[in-house]
Amino acid sequence: MFRGRHILSLPFFLLFVAMPGSSSAQLIVDLSNHLVAITTGFTGQEVLLFGTTEGEGDVVVVVRGPESEVVVRRKGRKMGIWVNESEMIFRSVPGYYAIATSRPLSEFLPERVAARHQIGVSNLRVNAPENTDPEAVEAFREALIRNKIRQNLFFAEAERIAFLGNRLFRTDMRFPANAPVGTYIVQIFLVVDGEVVNAEITPLVISKVGFEAGVFHFAHRHSLAYGVLAILIAVVAGWTASAVFRKG
Amino acid sequence: MDIYLPIAEISVNVFLILGLGGGVGFLSGLFGVGGGFLMTPLLIFIGIPPAVAVATEANQIVASSVSGVLAHWKRGNVDFKMGMVLVVGGFAGSGAGVWLFTLLREMGQIDLVIKLSYVVFLGIIGLLMLIESIKAMTRHRGKKSQQSKSKSSRSWIDVLPLKMRFRRSRLYISALLPLGVGFVVGVLAAIMGVGGGFIMVPAMIYLLGMPTAVVVGTSLFQIIFVTANVTVLQAVSNQTVDVVLALLLLIGGVIGAQFGARAGALLRGDQLRGLLALMVLAVAVKIGFDVIVTPADLYSIGNVVGH
Repeated sequence: MFRGRHILSLPFFLLFVAMPGSSSAQLIVDLSNHLVAITTGFTGQEVLLFGTTEGEGDVVVVVRGPESEVVVRRKGRKMGIWVNESEMIFRSVPGYYAIATSRPLSEFLPERVAARHQIGVSNLRVNAPENTDPEAVEAFREALIRNKIRQNLFFAEAERIAFLGNRLFRTDMRFPANAPVGTYIVQIFLVVDGEVVNAEITPLVISKVGFEAGVFHFAHRHSLAYGVLAILIAVVAGWTASAVFRKG
Repeated sequence: MDIYLPIAEISVNVFLILGLGGGVGFLSGLFGVGGGFLMTPLLIFIGIPPAVAVATEANQIVASSVSGVLAHWKRGNVDFKMGMVLVVGGFAGSGAGVWLFTLLREMGQIDLVIKLSYVVFLGIIGLLMLIESIKAMTRHRGKKSQQSKSKSSRSWIDVLPLKMRFRRSRLYISALLPLGVGFVVGVLAAIMGVGGGFIMVPAMIYLLGMPTAVVVGTSLFQIIFVTANVTVLQAVSNQTVDVVLALLLLIGGVIGAQFGARAGALLRGDQLRGLLALMVLAVAVKIGFDVIVTPADLYSIGNVVGH
């Protein structure tokens, strides 16, 4: 599943990297780590992004998790009980979204530029259903973002990018334990006089490894054997417990 | 110490889960119930996705029922013939239940149905048990008068076809009755993530008329097979059984159950039933409150299931 999505997004990658290449202002970035491994003790992880620019400018970093379909449901009261009454499906919602900026966005980035590059949660394009009442779409869209923020998967506030001198910059990107697995895209924009003059893109993969990956893949690829094994473990455990405590 | 659950996809504290298992295990040992009706809501409360909580709890109940049934088997308190008939009904019921579960999950109504099932079934059973134990306590106080067995009219039951003889239970009744009881319990096991003992035990006593001695052992026997079936069906159709979570729960559970059983020996039967009734009612009221009170956010989000 993820492999397929990864291949699909490759041309998009190339397009993006190639586009601003002719610009004079140079931008070099890298991550401390391109693979966040989910192991048994995983409680989230920080990844350091660092880079350098040539000359003046502000830097914006956008991190987007793998996209998926998300359904937003609205409850209504029916006979005194709160029931899910209506729903709306958004077809391409990033599983994670965070930004970091060198200064507050409003001080250097015009809204139309932010919208064009989907900078800030309010500018996210989530592929809302068409031919639907725009007011309802907006309410569901806001609810989607509000819920994602509550789950610590979207961040409305921009993280700070610290400049060391006027060329070198760094920022920490925090991925919580519930961050979805898959390929993340980290975009870095260099902004001068309210225009994006250069951009870079680099991938980041969050993946279960070792035991966690083994259990997950076993459960999904051989689900019948997994279920039978789960029962065997339970039967043996129950049997052992009664044997141990009868003696004790 | 935190551990990342591979199927639930969240990080939890190991000691919290062991403690939950131990606490619920203690109560289940004390009252002689499975404890699924406590554990599943608690798991959901600490942030385990409801679908994972229900399926994983079914897996854990397999373990606790196995260790429970062995003691009853030793004393000859399992009616295997009755148990098998209940299992057949239970297989059909749990199959239907998992199908219904998947359907409701796609419709976005599974959370509500789980909650309503809890309110309705725990509410009814809790009330009945409370009334019964209060009666028993007042009877106890007014000197032990002999238990008046209410011979309600069983005429409609006697005319059902497919009669079978159950020697261990000393019964000659229609097989449709235990089949029906097994079916209902199977559906509940799949949807509520419980063993269903709290509904099967009264049904066996009052509906089938089984002798009390064989009721618990036979119901545990049926619960093993039905929860095992639910585990496999949930694993295959929803991939929501988390073995790591189940293992942690059952380690805490088996230890807690032993202490609970010892503590239970210190209390009288009617007192135990009264306490259990109060606990069952408390869970029903708490969940009922959640369904009625205005939620903090009317909107919720979920993954789209089924591609």
